[in-house]
Amino acid sequence: MNWKFWSLKKSLFVYHVNAGACNNCDIEILELLTPAYDVERFGIILVGSPRHADVLLVTGVCTRQVKKRLQELYLQTAKPCVVMCIGACALAQGIFAEAYHVGPCVDEVIREVDPNAIIAYVPGCPPKPEAMIMAVVKTWQKLDELAAAEPKPVAPALPEVAGA
Amino acid sequence: MAVGKMVFALILGSIGTLVLGFLAKWVDRKVTARVQWRVGPPWYQPAVDCIKLMGKETVMPAVAQGTGFLITPLVGMAGACVAVTMLWVMNLELGVGFVGDAIVVMYMFAIPALTTILGAAASGNPHASLGASREMKLLLSYELPLTIALLVAIIHTGGSFRIGQIVGAQQEGSMVFMSISGVLAFLVALLCVQAKLGLIPFDMAEAECEIMAGVYTEYSGPPLAVIFMTRFMLLAALPIFLITIFLGGVQLTGWPVLASLIKFVIILVLITLIRNTNPRLRIDQSLRFFWYMLTPVALLALGLALIGRQYGVGWL
Repeated sequence: MNWKFWSLKKSLFVYHVNAGACNNCDIEILELLTPAYDVERFGIILVGSPRHADVLLVTGVCTRQVKKRLQELYLQTAKPCVVMCIGACALAQGIFAEAYHVGPCVDEVIREVDPNAIIAYVPGCPPKPEAMIMAVVKTWQKLDELAAAEPKPVAPALPEVAGA
Repeated sequence: MAVGKMVFALILGSIGTLVLGFLAKWVDRKVTARVQWRVGPPWYQPAVDCIKLMGKETVMPAVAQGTGFLITPLVGMAGACVAVTMLWVMNLELGVGFVGDAIVVMYMFAIPALTTILGAAASGNPHASLGASREMKLLLSYELPLTIALLVAIIHTGGSFRIGQIVGAQQEGSMVFMSISGVLAFLVALLCVQAKLGLIPFDMAEAECEIMAGVYTEYSGPPLAVIFMTRFMLLAALPIFLITIFLGGVQLTGWPVLASLIKFVIILVLITLIRNTNPRLRIDQSLRFFWYMLTPVALLALGLALIGRQYGVGWL
Protein backbone atom coordinates (compact mmCIF):
# COMPACT_ATOMS: atom_id res chain seq x y z
CA MET A 1 0.00 0.00 0.00
CA ASN A 2 1.04 3.57 -0.67
CA TRP A 3 3.10 4.80 2.34
CA LYS A 4 1.78 8.35 2.06
CA PHE A 5 -1.84 7.33 2.49
CA TRP A 6 -1.03 4.67 5.07
CA SER A 7 0.76 7.14 7.34
CA LEU A 8 -1.91 9.78 6.71
CA LYS A 9 -4.53 7.35 7.97
CA LYS A 10 -2.51 6.54 11.07
CA SER A 11 -1.85 10.15 12.06
CA LEU A 12 -4.52 12.76 11.43
CA PHE A 13 -3.75 16.26 12.74
CA VAL A 14 -7.02 18.13 13.22
CA TYR A 15 -7.56 21.87 13.01
CA HIS A 16 -10.91 23.02 14.32
CA VAL A 17 -12.70 25.82 12.47
CA ASN A 18 -15.73 27.40 14.05
CA ALA A 19 -17.63 28.90 11.13
CA GLY A 20 -20.46 30.35 13.20
CA ALA A 21 -21.53 27.42 15.38
CA CYS A 22 -23.58 27.59 18.58
CA ASN A 23 -20.80 25.72 20.49
CA ASN A 24 -22.86 22.56 20.85
CA CYS A 25 -20.88 20.67 18.21
CA ASP A 26 -17.62 22.09 19.60
CA ILE A 27 -18.40 20.60 23.00
CA GLU A 28 -19.13 17.24 21.39
CA ILE A 29 -15.80 17.43 19.56
CA LEU A 30 -13.99 17.99 22.84
CA GLU A 31 -15.79 14.88 24.10
CA LEU A 32 -13.66 12.90 21.62
CA LEU A 33 -10.49 13.87 23.51
CA THR A 34 -11.78 12.77 26.92
CA PRO A 35 -11.03 9.33 28.45
CA ALA A 36 -14.37 7.91 27.26
CA TYR A 37 -13.47 8.14 23.55
CA ASP A 38 -9.76 9.12 23.48
CA VAL A 39 -9.10 9.43 19.74
CA GLU A 40 -5.36 9.81 20.41
CA ARG A 41 -5.43 5.99 20.33
CA PHE A 42 -5.72 6.35 16.54
CA GLY A 43 -3.13 9.11 16.32
CA ILE A 44 -5.69 11.91 16.02
CA ILE A 45 -4.65 15.10 17.80
CA LEU A 46 -5.68 18.74 17.71
CA VAL A 47 -3.07 21.16 16.34
CA GLY A 48 -2.89 24.93 16.63
CA SER A 49 -1.94 25.90 13.10
CA PRO A 50 -3.74 25.16 9.79
CA ARG A 51 -0.34 24.54 8.17
CA HIS A 52 0.04 21.38 10.27
CA ALA A 53 -3.49 20.15 9.65
CA ASP A 54 -4.63 17.06 7.75
CA VAL A 55 -8.26 17.56 8.68
CA LEU A 56 -10.29 20.77 8.79
CA LEU A 57 -13.09 20.19 11.24
CA VAL A 58 -15.77 22.73 10.30
CA THR A 59 -18.69 23.35 12.65
CA GLY A 60 -21.53 25.77 12.18
CA VAL A 61 -23.38 27.37 9.32
CA CYS A 62 -20.90 29.23 7.12
CA THR A 63 -21.85 32.89 7.60
CA ARG A 64 -21.20 35.46 4.88
CA GLN A 65 -18.44 36.99 6.99
CA VAL A 66 -16.66 33.70 7.50
CA LYS A 67 -16.90 32.44 3.91
CA LYS A 68 -13.69 34.15 2.71
CA ARG A 69 -11.83 33.14 5.85
CA LEU A 70 -12.85 29.51 5.46
CA GLN A 71 -11.62 29.44 1.87
CA GLU A 72 -8.37 31.10 2.95
CA LEU A 73 -7.94 28.51 5.73
CA TYR A 74 -8.46 25.66 3.29
CA LEU A 75 -5.88 27.13 0.92
CA GLN A 76 -3.42 27.51 3.81
CA THR A 77 -3.42 23.81 4.70
CA ALA A 78 -0.84 21.46 3.23
CA LYS A 79 -2.52 19.00 0.86
CA PRO A 80 -3.81 16.28 1.04
CA CYS A 81 -6.33 17.74 3.46
CA VAL A 82 -9.75 16.37 4.38
CA VAL A 83 -12.68 18.60 5.29
CA MET A 84 -15.20 17.33 7.83
CA CYS A 85 -18.53 19.12 8.15
CA ILE A 86 -19.77 18.49 11.67
CA GLY A 87 -23.46 18.95 12.49
CA ALA A 88 -26.67 19.85 10.69
CA CYS A 89 -25.63 23.51 10.23
CA ALA A 90 -22.40 22.70 8.40
CA LEU A 91 -24.22 20.14 6.26
CA ALA A 92 -27.27 22.07 5.10
CA GLN A 93 -27.50 25.17 7.27
CA GLY A 94 -29.98 23.52 9.68
CA ILE A 95 -32.48 25.87 11.27
CA PHE A 96 -30.55 28.88 9.92
CA ALA A 97 -31.33 28.14 6.26
CA GLU A 98 -32.44 31.27 4.42
CA ALA A 99 -31.47 33.54 7.30
CA TYR A 100 -30.04 36.94 6.33
CA HIS A 101 -26.50 36.33 7.55
CA VAL A 102 -25.93 32.88 6.04
CA GLY A 103 -23.62 32.29 3.10
CA PRO A 104 -23.48 29.18 0.91
CA CYS A 105 -23.14 25.68 2.41
CA VAL A 106 -19.70 24.70 3.71
CA ASP A 107 -19.08 22.13 0.97
CA GLU A 108 -19.99 24.62 -1.76
CA VAL A 109 -17.60 27.16 -0.24
CA ILE A 110 -14.78 24.64 -0.21
CA ARG A 111 -15.53 23.32 -3.71
CA GLU A 112 -15.33 26.88 -5.01
CA VAL A 113 -11.58 26.86 -4.36
CA ASP A 114 -10.91 23.13 -4.82
CA PRO A 115 -13.43 21.07 -6.85
CA ASN A 116 -11.71 17.81 -5.86
CA ALA A 117 -11.72 18.36 -2.09
CA ILE A 118 -12.40 15.32 0.09
CA ILE A 119 -15.41 16.25 2.22
CA ALA A 120 -17.03 14.12 4.94
CA TYR A 121 -20.47 14.95 6.32
CA VAL A 122 -21.58 14.16 9.87
CA PRO A 123 -25.30 14.87 10.44
CA GLY A 124 -26.82 15.53 13.87
CA CYS A 125 -27.58 18.45 16.14
CA PRO A 126 -25.10 17.90 17.68
CA PRO A 127 -23.74 14.63 16.23
CA LYS A 128 -22.73 11.95 18.73
CA PRO A 129 -19.00 11.33 19.21
CA GLU A 130 -19.56 7.81 17.81
CA ALA A 131 -20.88 9.39 14.60
CA MET A 132 -17.71 11.49 14.28
CA ILE A 133 -15.51 8.41 14.77
CA MET A 134 -17.61 6.71 12.06
CA ALA A 135 -16.85 9.67 9.81
CA VAL A 136 -13.14 9.15 10.44
CA VAL A 137 -13.53 5.47 9.46
CA LYS A 138 -15.29 6.47 6.23
CA THR A 139 -12.54 8.99 5.53
CA TRP A 140 -10.03 6.15 5.91
CA GLN A 141 -12.01 4.11 3.37
CA LYS A 142 -12.01 7.06 0.99
CA LEU A 143 -8.25 7.46 1.41
CA ASP A 144 -7.85 3.74 0.66
CA GLU A 145 -9.80 4.24 -2.58
CA LEU A 146 -7.63 7.22 -3.49
CA ALA A 147 -4.48 5.24 -2.76
CA ALA A 148 -5.72 2.42 -5.00
CA ALA A 149 -6.64 4.85 -7.77
CA GLU A 150 -3.31 6.72 -7.70
CA PRO A 151 -1.31 5.79 -10.81
CA LYS A 152 1.73 3.65 -10.08
CA PRO A 153 5.04 5.18 -11.18
CA VAL A 154 5.99 3.45 -14.43
CA ALA A 155 9.56 3.15 -15.65
CA PRO A 156 9.96 5.15 -18.87
CA ALA A 157 10.16 2.91 -21.94
CA LEU A 158 13.62 2.67 -23.45
CA PRO A 159 13.95 4.15 -26.91
CA GLU A 160 14.18 1.52 -29.59
CA VAL A 161 17.63 1.17 -31.02
CA ALA A 162 17.55 0.87 -34.79
CA GLY A 163 18.99 -2.37 -36.07
CA ALA A 164 19.18 -4.08 -32.68
CA MET B 1 39.93 9.49 15.67
CA ALA B 2 40.15 8.74 12.00
CA VAL B 3 37.76 10.58 9.71
CA GLY B 4 36.01 7.39 8.61
CA LYS B 5 35.36 6.36 12.18
CA MET B 6 34.02 9.84 12.96
CA VAL B 7 31.56 9.72 10.06
CA PHE B 8 30.47 6.25 11.15
CA ALA B 9 29.96 7.49 14.74
CA LEU B 10 27.99 10.50 13.49
CA ILE B 11 25.62 8.41 11.39
CA LEU B 12 25.19 5.67 13.98
CA GLY B 13 24.83 8.13 16.88
CA SER B 14 22.28 10.29 15.06
CA ILE B 15 20.11 7.41 13.87
CA GLY B 16 20.32 5.64 17.22
CA THR B 17 19.33 8.80 19.07
CA LEU B 18 16.49 9.40 16.61
CA VAL B 19 15.08 5.92 17.27
CA LEU B 20 15.54 6.45 21.01
CA GLY B 21 13.85 9.84 20.60
CA PHE B 22 10.81 8.28 18.89
CA LEU B 23 10.49 5.88 21.82
CA ALA B 24 11.07 8.68 24.34
CA LYS B 25 8.34 10.77 22.74
CA TRP B 26 6.02 7.77 22.89
CA VAL B 27 6.79 7.33 26.61
CA ASP B 28 6.06 11.04 27.05
CA ARG B 29 2.70 10.84 25.27
CA LYS B 30 1.74 7.55 26.89
CA VAL B 31 2.51 8.78 30.42
CA THR B 32 0.57 11.98 29.67
CA ALA B 33 -2.38 9.87 28.54
CA ARG B 34 -2.24 7.66 31.63
CA VAL B 35 -2.10 10.76 33.87
CA GLN B 36 -5.29 11.94 32.17
CA TRP B 37 -6.84 8.45 32.54
CA ARG B 38 -6.72 7.79 28.77
CA VAL B 39 -5.19 4.94 26.79
CA GLY B 40 -2.77 6.91 24.64
CA PRO B 41 -1.21 6.34 21.20
CA PRO B 42 0.48 3.13 19.97
CA TRP B 43 4.27 2.86 20.28
CA TYR B 44 5.02 3.74 16.65
CA GLN B 45 2.96 6.97 16.69
CA PRO B 46 5.80 9.59 16.70
CA ALA B 47 7.54 7.80 13.81
CA VAL B 48 4.31 7.64 11.79
CA ASP B 49 3.73 11.36 12.39
CA CYS B 50 7.14 12.12 10.86
CA ILE B 51 6.61 9.73 7.92
CA LYS B 52 3.27 11.36 7.19
CA LEU B 53 4.74 14.87 7.27
CA MET B 54 7.47 13.70 4.87
CA GLY B 55 4.77 12.84 2.33
CA LYS B 56 2.87 16.11 2.57
CA GLU B 57 3.07 19.31 0.60
CA THR B 58 5.46 22.10 1.67
CA VAL B 59 3.56 25.37 1.70
CA MET B 60 5.76 28.43 1.24
CA PRO B 61 4.24 31.57 2.77
CA ALA B 62 4.26 34.48 0.29
CA VAL B 63 6.13 36.79 2.67
CA ALA B 64 8.68 34.25 3.91
CA GLN B 65 12.41 34.51 3.22
CA GLY B 66 12.62 31.17 1.41
CA THR B 67 16.22 30.12 2.02
CA GLY B 68 16.33 31.00 5.69
CA PHE B 69 12.89 29.53 6.24
CA LEU B 70 13.77 26.14 4.76
CA ILE B 71 17.42 25.76 5.76
CA THR B 72 17.17 26.58 9.47
CA PRO B 73 15.41 23.31 10.47
CA LEU B 74 18.23 21.38 8.78
CA VAL B 75 20.93 23.42 10.55
CA GLY B 76 19.16 22.86 13.86
CA MET B 77 19.05 19.13 13.23
CA ALA B 78 22.74 19.13 12.31
CA GLY B 79 23.56 20.83 15.62
CA ALA B 80 21.56 18.25 17.54
CA CYS B 81 23.25 15.39 15.62
CA VAL B 82 26.75 16.68 16.42
CA ALA B 83 25.88 17.23 20.08
CA VAL B 84 24.47 13.73 20.60
CA THR B 85 27.32 12.09 18.71
CA MET B 86 29.87 13.86 20.90
CA LEU B 87 27.95 12.81 24.00
CA TRP B 88 27.78 9.14 22.92
CA VAL B 89 31.41 8.92 21.82
CA MET B 90 32.77 10.58 24.95
CA ASN B 91 30.60 8.41 27.18
CA LEU B 92 31.60 5.16 25.53
CA GLU B 93 35.28 5.93 24.94
CA LEU B 94 36.50 7.96 27.91
CA GLY B 95 39.95 8.66 26.46
CA VAL B 96 38.63 10.38 23.34
CA GLY B 97 37.87 14.07 23.50
CA PHE B 98 39.62 17.38 23.89
CA VAL B 99 39.89 20.11 26.50
CA GLY B 100 36.66 22.09 26.59
CA ASP B 101 34.41 19.58 24.82
CA ALA B 102 31.80 20.05 27.55
CA ILE B 103 31.52 23.68 26.43
CA VAL B 104 31.27 22.66 22.77
CA VAL B 105 28.41 20.29 23.61
CA MET B 106 26.64 23.12 25.45
CA TYR B 107 27.01 25.32 22.36
CA MET B 108 25.71 22.57 20.06
CA PHE B 109 22.66 22.10 22.26
CA ALA B 110 21.94 25.84 21.91
CA ILE B 111 21.93 25.66 18.09
CA PRO B 112 18.41 24.15 17.67
CA ALA B 113 16.95 27.01 19.74
CA LEU B 114 18.87 29.61 17.73
CA THR B 115 17.78 28.15 14.38
CA THR B 116 14.20 28.01 15.65
CA ILE B 117 14.39 31.75 16.30
CA LEU B 118 15.89 32.42 12.86
CA GLY B 119 13.37 30.22 11.06
CA ALA B 120 10.43 31.78 12.87
CA ALA B 121 11.70 35.26 12.06
CA ALA B 122 12.14 34.28 8.39
CA SER B 123 8.60 32.91 8.12
CA GLY B 124 7.08 36.39 8.28
CA ASN B 125 4.20 35.45 10.53
CA PRO B 126 3.25 37.68 13.50
CA HIS B 127 2.51 34.67 15.70
CA ALA B 128 5.87 33.15 14.82
CA SER B 129 7.74 36.39 15.52
CA LEU B 130 6.04 36.63 18.92
CA GLY B 131 7.13 33.07 19.59
CA ALA B 132 10.66 33.88 18.41
CA SER B 133 10.91 36.80 20.80
CA ARG B 134 9.76 34.57 23.66
CA GLU B 135 12.18 31.80 22.68
CA MET B 136 15.01 34.34 22.69
CA LYS B 137 14.17 35.53 26.20
CA LEU B 138 13.84 31.94 27.37
CA LEU B 139 17.27 31.11 25.92
CA LEU B 140 18.76 34.08 27.78
CA SER B 141 17.14 32.99 31.03
CA TYR B 142 18.03 29.29 31.20
CA GLU B 143 21.58 29.24 29.82
CA LEU B 144 23.12 30.95 32.87
CA PRO B 145 21.88 28.56 35.61
CA LEU B 146 22.57 25.56 33.33
CA THR B 147 26.19 26.62 32.84
CA ILE B 148 26.68 27.18 36.58
CA ALA B 149 25.20 23.74 37.27
CA LEU B 150 27.68 22.27 34.78
CA LEU B 151 30.50 24.07 36.64
CA VAL B 152 29.44 22.36 39.88
CA ALA B 153 29.89 18.95 38.25
CA ILE B 154 33.24 20.03 36.83
CA ILE B 155 34.50 21.11 40.27
CA HIS B 156 33.38 17.79 41.76
CA THR B 157 35.24 15.75 39.17
CA GLY B 158 38.66 17.36 39.34
CA GLY B 159 38.21 20.62 37.48
CA SER B 160 38.51 19.39 33.91
CA PHE B 161 36.32 20.62 31.06
CA ARG B 162 36.53 17.22 29.35
CA ILE B 163 33.38 15.09 29.38
CA GLY B 164 35.50 11.94 29.45
CA GLN B 165 37.11 13.16 32.68
CA ILE B 166 33.72 14.10 34.22
CA VAL B 167 32.34 10.62 33.47
CA GLY B 168 35.55 8.78 34.41
CA ALA B 169 35.91 10.48 37.79
CA GLN B 170 32.27 9.64 38.60
CA GLN B 171 32.67 6.01 37.61
CA GLU B 172 35.80 5.61 39.74
CA GLY B 173 34.55 7.60 42.73
CA SER B 174 30.94 8.51 43.45
CA MET B 175 28.38 10.29 41.32
CA VAL B 176 28.11 14.09 41.46
CA PHE B 177 24.50 13.51 42.52
CA MET B 178 25.71 11.94 45.80
CA SER B 179 26.43 15.31 47.41
CA ILE B 180 24.37 18.29 48.54
CA SER B 181 25.69 20.63 45.87
CA GLY B 182 25.26 17.88 43.28
CA VAL B 183 21.58 17.42 44.13
CA LEU B 184 20.97 21.17 43.98
CA ALA B 185 22.79 21.49 40.67
CA PHE B 186 20.91 18.47 39.26
CA LEU B 187 17.53 19.99 40.14
CA VAL B 188 18.52 23.31 38.57
CA ALA B 189 19.74 21.54 35.43
CA LEU B 190 16.56 19.44 35.24
CA LEU B 191 14.40 22.58 35.17
CA CYS B 192 16.71 24.17 32.58
CA VAL B 193 16.36 21.03 30.44
CA GLN B 194 12.60 21.36 30.75
CA ALA B 195 12.90 24.86 29.28
CA LYS B 196 15.38 23.71 26.63
CA LEU B 197 12.88 21.09 25.47
CA GLY B 198 10.12 23.72 25.36
CA LEU B 199 7.77 21.70 27.56
CA ILE B 200 5.15 23.08 29.94
CA PRO B 201 5.65 25.16 32.18
CA PHE B 202 8.17 26.74 29.77
CA ASP B 203 6.40 26.21 26.41
CA MET B 204 5.46 29.88 25.92
CA ALA B 205 7.36 29.93 22.60
CA GLU B 206 4.73 27.70 21.00
CA ALA B 207 1.84 28.23 23.42
CA GLU B 208 -0.86 26.72 21.22
CA CYS B 209 -3.82 28.39 22.94
CA GLU B 210 -2.35 31.90 22.69
CA ILE B 211 -0.26 32.14 19.52
CA MET B 212 -1.33 29.10 17.44
CA ALA B 213 1.83 27.01 17.12
CA GLY B 214 4.17 29.92 17.91
CA VAL B 215 7.56 29.56 16.26
CA TYR B 216 6.39 26.62 14.12
CA THR B 217 3.17 28.25 12.85
CA GLU B 218 4.20 28.52 9.18
CA TYR B 219 6.01 25.18 8.82
CA SER B 220 4.34 22.30 7.01
CA GLY B 221 5.33 19.01 5.44
CA PRO B 222 8.99 17.86 5.39
CA PRO B 223 10.47 20.93 7.20
CA LEU B 224 8.00 20.33 10.02
CA ALA B 225 9.03 16.65 10.08
CA VAL B 226 12.67 17.74 10.45
CA ILE B 227 11.71 20.06 13.31
CA PHE B 228 9.78 17.24 15.00
CA MET B 229 12.72 14.86 14.61
CA THR B 230 15.12 17.44 16.07
CA ARG B 231 12.85 17.84 19.06
CA PHE B 232 12.56 14.07 19.52
CA MET B 233 16.36 13.76 19.37
CA LEU B 234 16.70 16.47 22.00
CA LEU B 235 14.12 14.69 24.15
CA ALA B 236 16.44 11.68 24.15
CA ALA B 237 19.72 13.61 24.22
CA LEU B 238 19.13 16.03 27.10
CA PRO B 239 18.33 13.28 29.66
CA ILE B 240 21.51 11.55 28.45
CA PHE B 241 23.34 14.86 28.99
CA LEU B 242 22.02 15.00 32.57
CA ILE B 243 23.07 11.39 33.18
CA THR B 244 26.52 12.14 31.77
CA ILE B 245 27.11 15.18 33.91
CA PHE B 246 25.45 14.25 37.20
CA LEU B 247 24.62 10.53 37.31
CA GLY B 248 27.80 8.74 36.31
CA GLY B 249 27.47 8.50 32.54
CA VAL B 250 25.96 6.01 30.10
CA GLN B 251 27.52 2.58 29.65
CA LEU B 252 26.53 0.01 27.07
CA THR B 253 28.27 -3.10 28.43
CA GLY B 254 27.10 -5.57 31.06
CA TRP B 255 24.82 -4.67 33.96
CA PRO B 256 25.44 -0.89 33.77
CA VAL B 257 23.20 -0.90 30.65
CA LEU B 258 20.26 -1.61 32.89
CA ALA B 259 21.30 1.11 35.36
CA SER B 260 21.71 3.64 32.53
CA LEU B 261 18.30 2.71 31.10
CA ILE B 262 16.60 3.07 34.49
CA LYS B 263 18.20 6.50 35.02
CA PHE B 264 17.09 7.56 31.52
CA VAL B 265 13.48 6.45 32.02
CA ILE B 266 13.27 8.02 35.49
CA ILE B 267 14.47 11.41 34.19
CA LEU B 268 12.11 11.17 31.20
CA VAL B 269 9.09 10.36 33.36
CA LEU B 270 10.07 13.12 35.79
CA ILE B 271 10.12 15.64 32.92
CA THR B 272 6.74 14.35 31.68
CA LEU B 273 5.18 14.57 35.13
CA ILE B 274 6.45 18.14 35.58
CA ARG B 275 4.87 18.98 32.24
CA ASN B 276 1.57 17.39 33.20
CA THR B 277 1.14 18.96 36.61
CA ASN B 278 2.00 22.60 35.90
CA PRO B 279 0.37 25.55 34.19
CA ARG B 280 2.25 27.62 31.62
CA LEU B 281 4.30 30.51 33.01
CA ARG B 282 4.34 33.93 31.39
CA ILE B 283 7.66 34.87 29.83
CA ASP B 284 8.44 37.50 32.49
CA GLN B 285 7.59 34.99 35.24
CA SER B 286 9.92 32.40 33.78
CA LEU B 287 12.72 34.95 33.36
CA ARG B 288 12.31 35.92 37.02
CA PHE B 289 12.17 32.25 38.02
CA PHE B 290 15.44 31.42 36.27
CA TRP B 291 17.38 34.53 37.21
CA TYR B 292 16.18 35.25 40.73
CA MET B 293 15.44 31.73 41.98
CA LEU B 294 17.47 29.14 40.09
CA THR B 295 20.65 31.17 39.56
CA PRO B 296 21.10 31.83 43.32
CA VAL B 297 20.47 28.14 44.01
CA ALA B 298 23.05 27.22 41.40
CA LEU B 299 25.52 29.75 42.89
CA LEU B 300 24.89 28.26 46.34
CA ALA B 301 25.67 24.82 44.95
CA LEU B 302 28.81 26.22 43.35
CA GLY B 303 29.92 27.71 46.66
CA LEU B 304 29.25 24.47 48.53
CA ALA B 305 31.16 22.49 45.91
CA LEU B 306 34.14 24.87 46.16
CA ILE B 307 34.15 24.65 49.97
CA GLY B 308 33.87 20.88 49.84
CA ARG B 309 36.76 20.67 47.40
CA GLN B 310 38.92 23.08 49.43
CA TYR B 311 38.52 21.16 52.70
CA GLY B 312 38.16 17.69 51.21
CA VAL B 313 34.52 17.16 52.28
CA GLY B 314 33.00 14.80 49.72
CA TRP B 315 29.33 15.12 50.69
CA LEU B 316 29.15 18.92 50.32
